[in-house]
Amino acid sequence: MVPLSWYLMLAAFLFSCGLYGALGRRNAIAMLMGIELMLNAANINLVAFWRHGVGPMADLTGQVFAVLIIGLAAAEAAVGLALIIAVYRERRTIDVDELDLLAG
Amino acid sequence: MQITQWSDALSGWLIGLGLPEWAAIFLVYAVGAFVLINYGMLSVLLLIWITRKVISRIQDRIGPNRVGKFGLLQTVADAAKLLSKEDITPREADKIAYNLSPILSVSGVLMLLAVIPFAPGLIGVDLNIAALFVVALGSIGIMAALMAGWGSNNKYALLAGFRVVAQLLSYEIPLVLSILTVVLLTGSMRFGSIIESQSLHLGGFNLGVGWLGIVMPGALLIFFISSLAEAELTPFDLLEAESELIAGFHIEYSGMKFAMFFLAQFLNAWILAAVMVTLFLGGWQGPGVGLPVVGPLLGFGYFMIKVFGVYVLQQWIRGTFPRLRIDQMMYFAWKVLVPLTIGLIVVQAIVQKLPTPVAVHYVLIFIANVGVLAIVASILQKYFREEQMRTKRSFEPTSLIGTMQVNEEGTMY
Amino acid sequence: MELPLGIQVPIPTFEQFIFIQVALVTAVAGLAVVTSRNLFHSALALTLTFFGVAGVYVFLEAEFLAVSQVLVYVGAIAMLIAFAIMLTRSMMYGRTSPLNNQWGKSSLFALLFFMGLLAFARATPWPAASEEVIADEAMIGALGREFVTTYVIAFEVLGLLLLLALVGAVMLARDR
Repeated sequence: MVPLSWYLMLAAFLFSCGLYGALGRRNAIAMLMGIELMLNAANINLVAFWRHGVGPMADLTGQVFAVLIIGLAAAEAAVGLALIIAVYRERRTIDVDELDLLAG
Repeated sequence: MQITQWSDALSGWLIGLGLPEWAAIFLVYAVGAFVLINYGMLSVLLLIWITRKVISRIQDRIGPNRVGKFGLLQTVADAAKLLSKEDITPREADKIAYNLSPILSVSGVLMLLAVIPFAPGLIGVDLNIAALFVVALGSIGIMAALMAGWGSNNKYALLAGFRVVAQLLSYEIPLVLSILTVVLLTGSMRFGSIIESQSLHLGGFNLGVGWLGIVMPGALLIFFISSLAEAELTPFDLLEAESELIAGFHIEYSGMKFAMFFLAQFLNAWILAAVMVTLFLGGWQGPGVGLPVVGPLLGFGYFMIKVFGVYVLQQWIRGTFPRLRIDQMMYFAWKVLVPLTIGLIVVQAIVQKLPTPVAVHYVLIFIANVGVLAIVASILQKYFREEQMRTKRSFEPTSLIGTMQVNEEGTMY
Repeated sequence: MELPLGIQVPIPTFEQFIFIQVALVTAVAGLAVVTSRNLFHSALALTLTFFGVAGVYVFLEAEFLAVSQVLVYVGAIAMLIAFAIMLTRSMMYGRTSPLNNQWGKSSLFALLFFMGLLAFARATPWPAASEEVIADEAMIGALGREFVTTYVIAFEVLGLLLLLALVGAVMLARDR
């Protein structure tokens, strides 16, 4: 049996990778990839807690939320990438350092 | 005799030899995977031979007949030739994507063999989500094509990669929805129970002809069309349209890597035929599969006959149909197949909740499916007629020189 | 098992051994996503991470979720990302660094965050996995029923959101 803490450590590592990618990368698509990693890490946690909860067959909340997050990630990726492509068409760049039109 | 019993017997024997339990289970799975993968690889030799023979006959040729009896070993000779060819990698290629892509495309297809039920009890894993598994693994093939298109660093390959994504993602939707009609009717995504539900008992004797394709011919047709598109066969072979894109996304590949794409493509067509047989044509069901000893053997025979029959049908279509344009292909997926399948699912969901006997459900579902068939046929007929008129007109003179004039009906006076 | 420096390491069971391999592949791929200089290689690593996470779901006996993960993440999201990278491929050439000017702060923050989570995960006495047998087919049915009873609003809102995202993405990315 794999202990719960192992899953949590893997999820923590993936989440931190995603956090670094979302904050530290220059390309907007790379930032989006970081966000996807973070969502996946959260999903691992949800499912791991579901499996290690009191009654996995009676209480499916963890799985329900994981499915909802997968659906949400699809919507987020579609809109996010459409935004990025629209910005690229307008400004010929998706470098977040150069997209400072709203910065004061 | 069930495969679970075979594997239990094998693992029990291995444990008896003094192996720990995990090692025994691991070995049993390894043996199963070895058998399935080798079956897949070797069956491609036969599949390519069938394709060549069928298309040759359609084109009034004889086909391969020199190597081996009836040219059966022609593919072996071709494989040996491909193996001896130089393995070329373009200088500016993305090495990781370029080299990984053929492996990915073959392994994605081979993994599908694990859930194909060959005979009663003869199945790699009777996964409870097998129908979903088949669809999910299809996406590996798309990824591989995209990687090949990008990695080759060739504009034709990249264009074909884009086309692959557009076509395969579009046709995945009617494919999934038509699988869903079966899942809705049988209440299971497990291939084992889907096939079990297609038996037809007559006084204790299993006739095995309660095929879902008889009740749902519309869903069967939609599945077949989508599976042609998923297998990249004519009329949907514009991914590799030789006349436009030379060879599609694998234009830069040579030798063994090219052979791997080839292998994946033929095996994918066979597996989609096997899934269609499993879902709609009763799988291994047939007269007498319920018998104690000969039953499984008969089942294996029925399954193979059906699958190779569907495969020959695919190749027949490949030999006779012209290629579609990309806009026609997308139009057909999104404006014809998807709405029709969604309509079919809605009708079926309502029908299955009606407080009438099950037989009435089947009759109503059959009527809905016949309606779908009629709609598809009429749309295609209208479309082809318009297309014919358009091409005819485009050859006629448009200027009004002299007395030659074209009236509304397209006839000249 | 004792390592040279006197560190005691418990011998993993077969299941744990396989899990360690899956987790290592997932973690290395996850790291490659954020460190790779070539954006397309990042996307490939992301695909591998998605597969690894699907493998983790199999360990947690959530096969339906594992297949959904492959279907949605690999089949749709990874493909969309690869597509977007190809459409904006001029961004990949002539770049000095793939990192923006706050990468130092963010790497420190991510590292501290990871340390904190790790300490938390190791220190807490977690319960062992429930002994209850997971009946696959019954569970998928139960999951479906949850969606149309307890979580029906969330489910419907998600459907609406996906529809809006579809329309919005078409509007945004359309050539004007």
